[in-house]
Amino acid sequence: MSATPPGTARLRVESATIGYDKRIISEHLSVAIPDESFTVVVGPNACGKSTLLRSLSRLRKPSAGQVVLDGADINSYKTKEVARRVGLLPQTSIAPDGITVADLVARGRYPHQGFIRQWTGDDEQAVLRAMRQTSVADLSGRLVDELSGGQRQRVWVAMALAQHTDIMLLDEPTTFLDITHQIELMELFTDLHHAGHTLVAVLHDLNHAARYGTHLIAMKDGAVVAEGSPDEVVTAELVEEVFGLRCLVVPDPVAGSPQVVPLGRERTPRRSADKVDVESARNG
Amino acid sequence: MNTHIPPVDFGRRMLVLRRRRIAVRLQWRSVVVCAVLAVVIAGAAVLALMTGSYALGPGQVLAALTGRETGIVHDIVVEWRLPRVAAALMFGAALGVSGAVFQSLLRNPLADPGIVGFSQGSYTGALIVILVVNGSYAQLVGGALLGGMVTAVAVYVLAYRRGVQGFRLIIVGIGVSAMLGSLNTWLILKADLDQAMSAAAWGVGSLNGVSWNQVAIGGACIAGLLLLAGVLGRPMRQLELGDDAAASQGVRVSPARLGLILVGVALTATVTAASGPIAFISLVAPQIGRRLTRTAGITLAPAAFVGALLCLVSDYLAQHIAPTPLPVGIITVILGGGYLGYLLFTEARRRL
Repeated sequence: MSATPPGTARLRVESATIGYDKRIISEHLSVAIPDESFTVVVGPNACGKSTLLRSLSRLRKPSAGQVVLDGADINSYKTKEVARRVGLLPQTSIAPDGITVADLVARGRYPHQGFIRQWTGDDEQAVLRAMRQTSVADLSGRLVDELSGGQRQRVWVAMALAQHTDIMLLDEPTTFLDITHQIELMELFTDLHHAGHTLVAVLHDLNHAARYGTHLIAMKDGAVVAEGSPDEVVTAELVEEVFGLRCLVVPDPVAGSPQVVPLGRERTPRRSADKVDVESARNG
Repeated sequence: MNTHIPPVDFGRRMLVLRRRRIAVRLQWRSVVVCAVLAVVIAGAAVLALMTGSYALGPGQVLAALTGRETGIVHDIVVEWRLPRVAAALMFGAALGVSGAVFQSLLRNPLADPGIVGFSQGSYTGALIVILVVNGSYAQLVGGALLGGMVTAVAVYVLAYRRGVQGFRLIIVGIGVSAMLGSLNTWLILKADLDQAMSAAAWGVGSLNGVSWNQVAIGGACIAGLLLLAGVLGRPMRQLELGDDAAASQGVRVSPARLGLILVGVALTATVTAASGPIAFISLVAPQIGRRLTRTAGITLAPAAFVGALLCLVSDYLAQHIAPTPLPVGIITVILGGGYLGYLLFTEARRRL
């Protein structure tokens, strides 16, 4: 899937050391985001995946090495220039009291605006398009406080979309949503990917990663353990190595992508597992 | 305006101005509210210029202002009463914007330069200049600025624990404010009687005896600072979305926040240097402005207009309701105290 050679990717990390204060999370980390991919970063808690995303979005500067965007160190750009190329859906954002959907989405236009150029025709069109793509156009005039969790997250996605960047980073976008809204959002991201965006998401759900991602990066203890297509990365051996979880990997009956079924403690299936030979998997 | 693009429904009526390189979007309601406030302010200003031991009619006031009146009426309006009215308007606007900046940055309606100790700190700086150095007005302004800044840094450092969380900063600020209050009392007690009298009267916040000189210096500072606040208002709006969102949208978070804090402290300190700490306007004005305009988050212009009006009206009441003129600070304390109690009550119920 990834046709881009790692050395030429638009966005990549080159032997970077990233950490907080004196605590180093990653050392000599090199990661390339294949152009036009839907890359998903997976790994256990505190493996450095969110830190990786923060450095890709310039929120955290590596203490050694560099993050390269379009051939130059990301820190050599003006802040607004980076914001016109790379967008971010942060893990937590705050909606100001009494803000309406369109008002919030319009805030995403900031990097394209100046002190006296605050609302051009381009801004208007970008906001309309972003709201249509995320199906929140009908909510346009509503207060954000009144929306459901799933609607609200779509509004935040619309804000990031209005920023009009080729590359979008998504930090655990589905974490606080119920399963229906999770799937809805993942399909929205797939649409955006097909529309030409390069997406990088940090996800907890391996099955979502395998089903929707085109390129997976598995991290553990701040280092990349494996990367490649979902079929290459999501294997029983790798899941055990990265997460310490014994599991079966079976084809997803709907999408055909690899699906992780945890083995857990010894137990007999409630219904005889006729398609999968659980016993032999446990033993071998 | 382009007509072929369907306009975005913001849920509120918007005023879009586009001409050449200018493209601005304003809320109709904010524009109307600010315009109405401006008219009310103008009326209140004329009333304040009319009232006094030598009562004047509105015609006389307008004639004096436009230079068609000379002699005693001109002196009363332009030389005696106008500096006070101008001071009330400018200082009120400065306090309103200062409060708006802090309430937006800390996302808390309690975040007020008066409550978290910055105006007490400015007062301490000014007291030291008056009582110890016996300095000039310029030195007084410098002392108040320095005092406010040092207090802001101290509160920030004391509240710092892996970043600064709004509510902790406010609690620490209230503590620092109380300590500075006792320091100020001690400084006044140590001083000789004449100095102590003037310092204490000034400490309540008063526009009595404001001169054109002070208005000019203070006004120039405030005008510059308000302009800066206006430029920083856009990053401030983005910061309300959270630091990560703001940064990813191209805001340089640390410089923007530092700039806003400096502007906010400087506005309060400038007012404090000229008139002493006028309490509560910075606390109340941004919230009244927000409720009137129904904007998302705190906006600067309505806070400035409401602050100016509040300060002018409070000063008018202070001068004319009691047999002897009171300091304006007493009126604002009376007006704002009840509101503060209500706020503390609701905040505590929400957080604890």
